[in-house]
Amino acid sequence: MPKDWPLWEVFVRSKGGLSHRHVGSVHAPDPEIALRHARDTYTRRMEGVSLWVVPSASIIASDPSEDAAMFDPAEDKIYRHPTFYNIPDHIKHI
Amino acid sequence: MPDAYRRTLTRQMSQHAHSEIVGMLPEGNWIGRAPSLRRKAILLAKVQDEAGHGLYLYSAAETLGTSREEMIEALHSGKAKYSTIFNYPTVTWADIGAIGWLVDGAAIMNQVPLQRTSYGPYARAMVRVCKEESFHQRQGYEIMMHLCSGTHEQKRMAQDAFNRWWWPSLMMFGPPDENSPNTAQSMRWRIKRETNDELRQKFVDITVPQAEAIGLTIPDPALAWNEAKGGYDFGEIDWEEFYAVVRGEGPVAKERMKARRDAWEQNAWVREAADAYAAKRAEKRRAA
Repeated sequence: MPKDWPLWEVFVRSKGGLSHRHVGSVHAPDPEIALRHARDTYTRRMEGVSLWVVPSASIIASDPSEDAAMFDPAEDKIYRHPTFYNIPDHIKHI
Repeated sequence: MPDAYRRTLTRQMSQHAHSEIVGMLPEGNWIGRAPSLRRKAILLAKVQDEAGHGLYLYSAAETLGTSREEMIEALHSGKAKYSTIFNYPTVTWADIGAIGWLVDGAAIMNQVPLQRTSYGPYARAMVRVCKEESFHQRQGYEIMMHLCSGTHEQKRMAQDAFNRWWWPSLMMFGPPDENSPNTAQSMRWRIKRETNDELRQKFVDITVPQAEAIGLTIPDPALAWNEAKGGYDFGEIDWEEFYAVVRGEGPVAKERMKARRDAWEQNAWVREAADAYAAKRAEKRRAA
């Protein structure tokens, strides 16, 4: 029995001007069939105007068990946010 | 992730996926015999949705580490279960109405709380499924409405289908809570958010007025409004029948599995052709 076809991640742009969003995945032997399956599976109700399929194996993911080391450095840098700065109320347009 | 949680989820999600796929068969049976082009287009879209739902669920279940191939193999070998409701035959057009209204209605009742289930990929698949399922239920009820406002014979056909699908639909919520070995654990893990009996009661309470509105009689002499609990009391479910169908003694269980296996085997050439084409294209790309 042959193995499963490769897995592709599916991204849909719901309308012009918005970015593509991940919606799910499909199995397919090649990019063209992946696109067709993605259309039939994820856009039966005009959910999109553009589709991307990406081989799942090509995605490099961060390691969830190391998310602390990965994302903590941003936690104590609250001076990156505008609300960190106290500006008197009478100063406008800032 | 704890092993038992993974096993429970894999079992539930793959059974759910199988149910969507096998669920295409009773209705697919009527696509070529739909009474009008409008009904045919609608039924075709509904059956295609069921295929889509199966695919969302298989994809979600694969994230737990079981391959698609293993799940399909478990279905075709009879090792995996699917909803017992699909082992009942669809003998008249009114059955298509009854299935959309009652079977999809019961499925929605089960699936709405699953949008908040503790496993993200399952919950997200359920959000998509619930959105689409509402059309299924409404088109089913519309078929029943039309039959009930038609000739005496059409109305009789609607009542007959209702009589046959009412009890199996109540069984779709699974065994009573005191007899459901998995419920307590699944509630603790927040895989399940409401118990079988709670969901069954809700289904009865919303469906009875819908049936009465189109003049259908609920085939249960014990059915009565209970003011104190604010819901209907209803008769004893024939659990012997339920367990017999679970054991594979449903009226058309063998026919359903044969149809699935035939579809898989007789269309193997399509998969092989796609493989050969993909290999040829890859070869060309390498040469270029």
